Amino acid sequence: MTVPADLTHEDYGGHHGPRKGLLRWVTTTNHKDIGTLYLWFSLIMLFVGGAMAMIIRAELFQPGLQLVNPDFFNQMTTMHALVMIFGAVMPAFVGLANWMIPLMIGAPDMALPRLNNWSFWILPFAGTLLLSSLFVEGGAPAGGWTMYPPLVLQTGAAFPMLIFSVHLLGISSIMGSINIIATIMNLRAPGMGYMKMPLFVWTWFITAFLLIATMPVLAGAVTMLLTDKYFGTSFFNAAGGGDPVMFQHIFWFFGHPEVYILILPAFGIASQIIPTFARKPLFGYKSMVYATASIAVLSFIVWSHHMFTVGLPVGAELFFMVSTMLIAIPTGVKVFNWVATMWRGSMTFETPMLFAIGFIVLFTIGGFSGLMLAIAPADFQYQDSYFVVAHFHYVLVPGAVFSIMAASYYWLPKWTGHMYDEKLGKLHFWLSAIFVNLVFFPQHFLGLAGMPRRIPDYAVQFADFNMISSIGAMGFGLSQLLFAYIVIKTVRGGAKASDEVWEGAQGLEWTLSSPPPYHSFSVQPVIR
Amino acid sequence: MAKPDHGHYYVPEGTYWPILGSIGLITLVVGFIYILNGGSGTVLMLAGTAVMIVMLFGWFGEVIRENESSTYHAWEDKSFRLGMVWFIFSEVMFFAAFFGALFYARVLSVPWLGGSGEEADTHTLLWNSFQAMWPSNGPADVGGKFEPMNTWGLPALNTVILLSSAGTVTWAHHALKRGNRRNLITGLAITVFLGFLFVGLQAMEYYHAYHELNLTLGSGIYGSTFFMLTGFHGLHVTLGAIMLTVILFRCIKGHFTPDNHFAFEAAAWYWHFVDVVWLGLFVFVYWL
Repeated sequence: MTVPADLTHEDYGGHHGPRKGLLRWVTTTNHKDIGTLYLWFSLIMLFVGGAMAMIIRAELFQPGLQLVNPDFFNQMTTMHALVMIFGAVMPAFVGLANWMIPLMIGAPDMALPRLNNWSFWILPFAGTLLLSSLFVEGGAPAGGWTMYPPLVLQTGAAFPMLIFSVHLLGISSIMGSINIIATIMNLRAPGMGYMKMPLFVWTWFITAFLLIATMPVLAGAVTMLLTDKYFGTSFFNAAGGGDPVMFQHIFWFFGHPEVYILILPAFGIASQIIPTFARKPLFGYKSMVYATASIAVLSFIVWSHHMFTVGLPVGAELFFMVSTMLIAIPTGVKVFNWVATMWRGSMTFETPMLFAIGFIVLFTIGGFSGLMLAIAPADFQYQDSYFVVAHFHYVLVPGAVFSIMAASYYWLPKWTGHMYDEKLGKLHFWLSAIFVNLVFFPQHFLGLAGMPRRIPDYAVQFADFNMISSIGAMGFGLSQLLFAYIVIKTVRGGAKASDEVWEGAQGLEWTLSSPPPYHSFSVQPVIR
Repeated sequence: MAKPDHGHYYVPEGTYWPILGSIGLITLVVGFIYILNGGSGTVLMLAGTAVMIVMLFGWFGEVIRENESSTYHAWEDKSFRLGMVWFIFSEVMFFAAFFGALFYARVLSVPWLGGSGEEADTHTLLWNSFQAMWPSNGPADVGGKFEPMNTWGLPALNTVILLSSAGTVTWAHHALKRGNRRNLITGLAITVFLGFLFVGLQAMEYYHAYHELNLTLGSGIYGSTFFMLTGFHGLHVTLGAIMLTVILFRCIKGHFTPDNHFAFEAAAWYWHFVDVVWLGLFVFVYWL
């Protein structure tokens, strides 16, 4: 690919640099500014949700009730999940998409820049609404983030706050996804066909479709909860001909694709980073694209594996068991391709690569426990136990969150123009990798031994592993303060980063200066 | 694979409309929360709505002015088109949730409550005299006895009205493409009239349901699905009719040309979307 040398610093078409002061961030239509806003928002939410996790693990440090009352404990588990999913992981991926997709496809900006601003600026309001439910009568929602009726309908004054914050977060996601799809379909540089797009762009393209298809379904589901509670409808009330299980079906029709929304961009990140530090092109590019698409399609026909024990007809149990297991095939293709990319590469292990390799290994553990859970008869044992907690935290923490860390280290020099502190970065990786296993690996044993999830107290035979898990959690939480420190330090200064940053890096984003000009690719490069 | 040179893509300067929209939205929502929790939030809701209206006028107004001053070209136009298409798709999925609830109730939960299949425990243990049928307000007769809506009265008339309006909007579109302003404005005016007529008749139908059939939102699963589906559809028809009204005024002002009229097409697409949803409603809610 060729890029004219004078192009990258061009100030084209009467556009100038950013506005001065705070209003720059409120009014911005610039994809880099908006990406930055998303990323800071998600970092703050990571610590908010993390603080809730610390409360949970502190209470579970020993059997018995020590620190919080059971209802508050339930509020913490519910809010921790909502904050982490909708406040930390999803906005982080959208922030990365905002920053990187236009740079990777040679676009002047996102396709709908004003809408892009709104997608972000709904978030702080929705997040505040959700968090302020902690302070109203009856406390925050405590029925679990899955909002199953009839339990969730017992929520106090926080109930409509929960429903409307989910609506607002959904509106934000849908607008963001529409923007990403329009950008990818319309703003690729001349010559960049779909099968030349970097994998991070591909995975986000597919993720955006998942979001547009499922967030409205979630909106519908919570709207029915709202009318069931306040307007006398009977959607989830058997007495009126409805069914509480119906909510679970509708919720998980959203919820399972949502799981892939949280992991597909992570696949894309790993597929960017591994080739760079293995100094080899990605193995099996096409199969990566097709595997991602297959996972997305399959995600719509597996939802009932979340509800094997609710009393489904046997035929349904079998169907959802088999369809769930099918997902292991495209996922296996991906893991194989990453490993094959590293095979005989000239590898170096800078922090992004460490996080990416950590991602592959630990995500795969989460994938395997997922296969165990997919077996319907076995799931009757695992359902609602700590085994499930261990499983989804393995795919979400050393899976999704590690990929976000990897992406941050990988692109921070591009964003800021400064190299991060490699020593501290590596320290952050090793602390995170050790502690994350300390938190979540013992939870497999707890679950298999019968400890249920979402309880503040437990029988004494679970004490040892819980104590180990809690120590790991405190360690993991504290290690993330190091991450914040490294990021802030890199933003403020550090060794000058070159344009290419990484020796083996391929792609349009590395042809720009570090940091890139406020408006990049005002004239598109031509890809040959 | 090389695309033709696009030239320069328009990236607007900073804007205040989105933050105003967020403030309006949160005010509206907080007002509603106060009301639902038994407080008074009417003022907040009204204020939020007012801010939203200002925002919509301001934002769309700015985009229209930019369009009229030829800021946009085919490249930007395609982004708008993609945006509208995928927005409509998200709306389709919103309705899918409620259709899903309807089908689940009719095919699974009501028959199970009536004792069929493997999932009949609720029937056996709680309501073993309940016989599955549709329409149903459930084994506990939630909301009391009601009569279902008659298919071949107002609903059939409304089907004719909405289908005709799809025809008139297409007629207007063809007139626009041929540059026939008189037919364009006539066709669009008829469409808007039919749209609001539909909403009016729908309101009459609701009045009839509440006052003569004892069919309410609280009439068990039938009432819930009936009013939720037709209610959200009616809301979308109202929205679509407002969009078409705005387009009508823009046509009267002479805004569109035979080859540059994305806004018209967007509103027309939206109109066809509410039309198709109505056909689903007519078949599965009113008829079968």
